[in-house]
Amino acid sequence: MSAQPFEHDFKDTGPIAADRPDVDQPFDQTTRDEMEQLAARYPDRRSALGPILHLVQSVDGYVSARGLAAAAAVTGISPAQVQGFATFYTMYRRHPAGQHHIGVCTTALCAVLGGDAVLERVRSRLGIAPDQTTPDGRFSLERVECNAACDYAPVVMVDWEFMDNMTPEKAEQLIDQLAAGEPVQASRGATLAGWRQAERVLAGFDDGLADEGPSAGEPSRRGTEIAASRGWTADTWPTVGPTVGPAAGKDRP
Amino acid sequence: MTAPTITAPPADEQLLVPVLTADWGQPESWKLAQYEARGGYRGLRAALVRPPAEVMAEVKDSQLRGRGGAGFPTGLKWSFVPGDLSPKYLVVNGDESEPGTCKDVPLLMASPHTLVEGIIIASYAIGVNQAFVYVRGEALHPIRRLRAAVAEARAAGYLGTDVLGSGFSLDIVVHAGAGAYICGEETALLNSLEGRRGQPRLRPPFPAVAGLYAKPTVINNVESIATVPAIINHGKDWFLSMGTERSRGMTIYSLSGHVRHPGQYEAPLTITFRQLLDLAGGVRQGHKLKFFTPGGSSTPILTEDNLDIVLDYESLAAAGTMLGTKALQVFDDTTSVVRTTLRWVEFYQHESCGKCTPCREGTWWLVQLLRRLEAGQGHPGDVDLLLSVAQSINGQSFCPLAAGAVACVTSAVKHFREEFEAGYHTPAWEYLPYAASAAFAEPAPDRSQPARSAPDPAAPDQAGAGQGDGAGRSDEASQTDPAGRTDEGVTL
Repeated sequence: MSAQPFEHDFKDTGPIAADRPDVDQPFDQTTRDEMEQLAARYPDRRSALGPILHLVQSVDGYVSARGLAAAAAVTGISPAQVQGFATFYTMYRRHPAGQHHIGVCTTALCAVLGGDAVLERVRSRLGIAPDQTTPDGRFSLERVECNAACDYAPVVMVDWEFMDNMTPEKAEQLIDQLAAGEPVQASRGATLAGWRQAERVLAGFDDGLADEGPSAGEPSRRGTEIAASRGWTADTWPTVGPTVGPAAGKDRP
Repeated sequence: MTAPTITAPPADEQLLVPVLTADWGQPESWKLAQYEARGGYRGLRAALVRPPAEVMAEVKDSQLRGRGGAGFPTGLKWSFVPGDLSPKYLVVNGDESEPGTCKDVPLLMASPHTLVEGIIIASYAIGVNQAFVYVRGEALHPIRRLRAAVAEARAAGYLGTDVLGSGFSLDIVVHAGAGAYICGEETALLNSLEGRRGQPRLRPPFPAVAGLYAKPTVINNVESIATVPAIINHGKDWFLSMGTERSRGMTIYSLSGHVRHPGQYEAPLTITFRQLLDLAGGVRQGHKLKFFTPGGSSTPILTEDNLDIVLDYESLAAAGTMLGTKALQVFDDTTSVVRTTLRWVEFYQHESCGKCTPCREGTWWLVQLLRRLEAGQGHPGDVDLLLSVAQSINGQSFCPLAAGAVACVTSAVKHFREEFEAGYHTPAWEYLPYAASAAFAEPAPDRSQPARSAPDPAAPDQAGAGQGDGAGRSDEASQTDPAGRTDEGVTL
């Protein structure tokens, strides 16, 4: 890499990949071994490309130049093919993520239920726009598309953990807690451990936190609880023929 | 409107049948010990003593249809895979991303062993020794839980080289995606799993002949596979006794939006929208239903005219829409249909993989038109132009993504044309102030405040407190109107 940093027009996003001195060295042996382990999990090594890039992000904070090169070498394809893959998927970053990565859902239903207002508050609290990282590297922000938690709308993701039923005030509080380094428990998940640890789990290396958090949130259980209160189960369902009568429950909603 | 209706059910009719969702309220329901204590892996033991062909026949005869959107018969899909070829693969589609759909994520979180057991039974029936579960990358905790379940199952002898001493061998790899709605399309998913861009493939050949690594492959939704143990446990007749003639069994309906109790409701495929809405406590207090999607944003919207529609495949098709993923997103009378449609179409534009020009370019043009209609800067004739662009996209692409974008536009204009035409002169956020739609809005919103002068509660000088020099760069962030629209939304 040249001694003179490359000048570009996107000051807010920090230096570009090629200029990061911390990623000028090859990966350490542990990371290289882990890439090999991932490749060995599949009948075809190329299948490990996605997981390897998640691993790269967990080490470098984004898909670095050395990450591209290493992924190409391990999977046996060209760096251009890796680049083509990495740029297709939104979770692979071209610039470093913050210590905590915040995603605010603004797809239709979350937006209407207040996601737009939540995003606005998060933006002004952090002082950055979506796809930017705070200069101190603590937070990055993203407008995310539907994250399959619509019964908890509006939803915010922090380090890919669910923060359910958000309001602008709750979102602000959340950021303050994270900024103060306080432990924050996801609504339906583990204690937030940072974006890089999440990326490591996505790569395929478990962090032992599977047993944290509840079985399900209240909305997920709602139908089951109504059924239980009326005595409706799989076994009370009357099967073909004049076998059992209808359920014990009598009340209509 | 022309949809078939049914008469009101008797008062004591059983409306819900919790099967997949039965244990979601139990403590530590994701653990093997809990699952076994509640009868888990009984279905597998029962399946392993029967010939694989018989297990496949049981599932086929149950008439289970795919729960991921298309509704293709699951057992039939299995039977397309040639029995004598090896290797072949089972790939479970856990890329749940269709807006409104939120059933697979809680299943993976609360009851991952149900899926693991389903995978083992399905693999045994098809003759597969290697299965994959492709879970969307954003679902971090569900991935943790599923991986832990696979490890527990392996340690207990349910997976490995000799499953429960039967001689059958199987391993499961849990693969995390990286953020791409299109990977829910089965051939795009296969490309992604092979380490390629997630773009759909031309068919034929179908995956049953040449799928993953060009080998015969079955791809099923998480819920479809998770239903298999229950079919083996209770028998096909039990499953056939639920639902309508061509839509059998029970399924998970996901209610979200302006309902009092959003959530997951597992019911036979005979339930009506009105019954589900009643169970969910009805529409938000003080408001009326405006429109709803029956099965995710890709399915044409319906209105109160369709309250009594039976939520099965045929009734919804007859009403000009689809059961899809059974994701019912409910919107009340505060909702701007223009804003909602724009956000859906922005979603499709963002998620278009770019392979087919009509989809790649067409969704972009739909967004441009919708943005200026939302801003009240539409030109007379824009609504017809919108329909014309939609028309030129429809049916012109490899996969159904573009059709989803078209469906939400055409159905919204069909039901609410006047509201779109109001976009020739009135911004949508003035036509229906956005703040009133929020889940945290005051119960009786005061509409007298002019929307554009509301103060921003988060003053710029608070920004970035305690975060180094994060403050002082919020000038860009404040260039939005108080309805929460970002500046990029109005450029045209």
